[in-house]
Amino acid sequence: MCLAVPVKVVSIDGKEAEVEIGGVKRRVSIVLTPEAKVGDYVLLHTGYAINVINEAEAQETLKILEEMASLE
Amino acid sequence: MKFIDEFRDVELAKNVIGRIKQISTRPTRLMEFCGGHTVSIMRSGLRQLLPPTVEMLSGPGCPVCVTANADIDKAIALAGLPDVIITTFGDMMKVPGSYSSLQRARAEEADVRIVYSTQDALQIARDNPTKSVIFIGIGFETTAPTIAASILEAESKGIKNYYVLCLSKLCPPIMKALLDLGELKLDGIVCPGHVSVIIGSRPYQFIPRDYGVACVISGFEPLDILLSVEMLVAQIETGKPKVEIAYRRGVNPQGNKTALVLMDTIFEIGSADWRGMGVVPASGLKIRKKFERFDAEKAFSITTEPVREAKGCICGDILRGVKIPLDCKLFRKACTPEHPVGPCMVSSEGSCAAYYQYGSEE
Repeated sequence: MCLAVPVKVVSIDGKEAEVEIGGVKRRVSIVLTPEAKVGDYVLLHTGYAINVINEAEAQETLKILEEMASLE
Repeated sequence: MKFIDEFRDVELAKNVIGRIKQISTRPTRLMEFCGGHTVSIMRSGLRQLLPPTVEMLSGPGCPVCVTANADIDKAIALAGLPDVIITTFGDMMKVPGSYSSLQRARAEEADVRIVYSTQDALQIARDNPTKSVIFIGIGFETTAPTIAASILEAESKGIKNYYVLCLSKLCPPIMKALLDLGELKLDGIVCPGHVSVIIGSRPYQFIPRDYGVACVISGFEPLDILLSVEMLVAQIETGKPKVEIAYRRGVNPQGNKTALVLMDTIFEIGSADWRGMGVVPASGLKIRKKFERFDAEKAFSITTEPVREAKGCICGDILRGVKIPLDCKLFRKACTPEHPVGPCMVSSEGSCAAYYQYGSEE
């Protein structure tokens, strides 16, 4: 039930944003993420963006996972 | 999809599994708290890929599953009132209470509607000004801010026919209650990712400090969970338990301040009734007095029959991690997703449903 999926912010209109989910667009509330900007990816939970995904941290995590091979 | 596919990479998964096998030397018992994690683990077969030293137990992190019969009975009683529209997340429909379910109430002419969001419930309230629209407010810290936002919006836009049956529950207090029970002897907890998006990592600090149990906040893709298990095993092997975040793209230590402020505006902390655990003090949210006109329990007078539990159902033991679905005599026999006896078979992230759908016959 705490499911949240990454979606891309396409446009912003006040406290709502249009986001794209696998090619489908829908309106979501951004009252919980006033810092969201067009082009950001946000985590969408029951119609609300609950945070802005940190892209640099995502890359960092993937790097850690890649480096684990060389630790063996 | 971006931020999902990368975290399902099979080659990288092999790296992490190899690393876990390399560093794990002693029996290690972990609990994945969140039902979403249980589903991801079962679906990807992670349990079978981990070394025999690492045991994974499923925890109580399924809001539908932990909703007590007494609270389901209240929702059904509200549905029976005249001129009421019940709005609820879909998973709640089939959950049996003591005598009925919302689905059965709907078959008996109650107006019960499935919504995806509290936004949809608000819209139904706008569209039906002569009816009272009640949202069944289950969920953890992930969902509570969205309920708070809906109450604030109803107030600011003058929507007077919107109410919430507030059943919100809090994760760190129930982790404490589980640890205090001492049934499990856990070494580490895979902490819930999207709850932590909201609350951050600080509310878990007491777990390593007071119980010596390792904590890692995890995302939901297989690689997220494997990385979290690796970090937990590393902490446990070095004997230095702490709170770490593996899900860094989603979680920062402070959480979502906007959401936390909004929750604090609308809610105060109160007791909550948990299936399998009973009433646990300070483990839930109640609507503050200032907003009590939105509180369905205050606005409507209902009576319910004495609470009954389904005979033979061990959902409570499963939610505490002391039993698994395969231990239940009803599993796959009297209890199936089509005819669920307990909520763990109903919810898409319930342990029984996950074992039913993805589990082997082990």
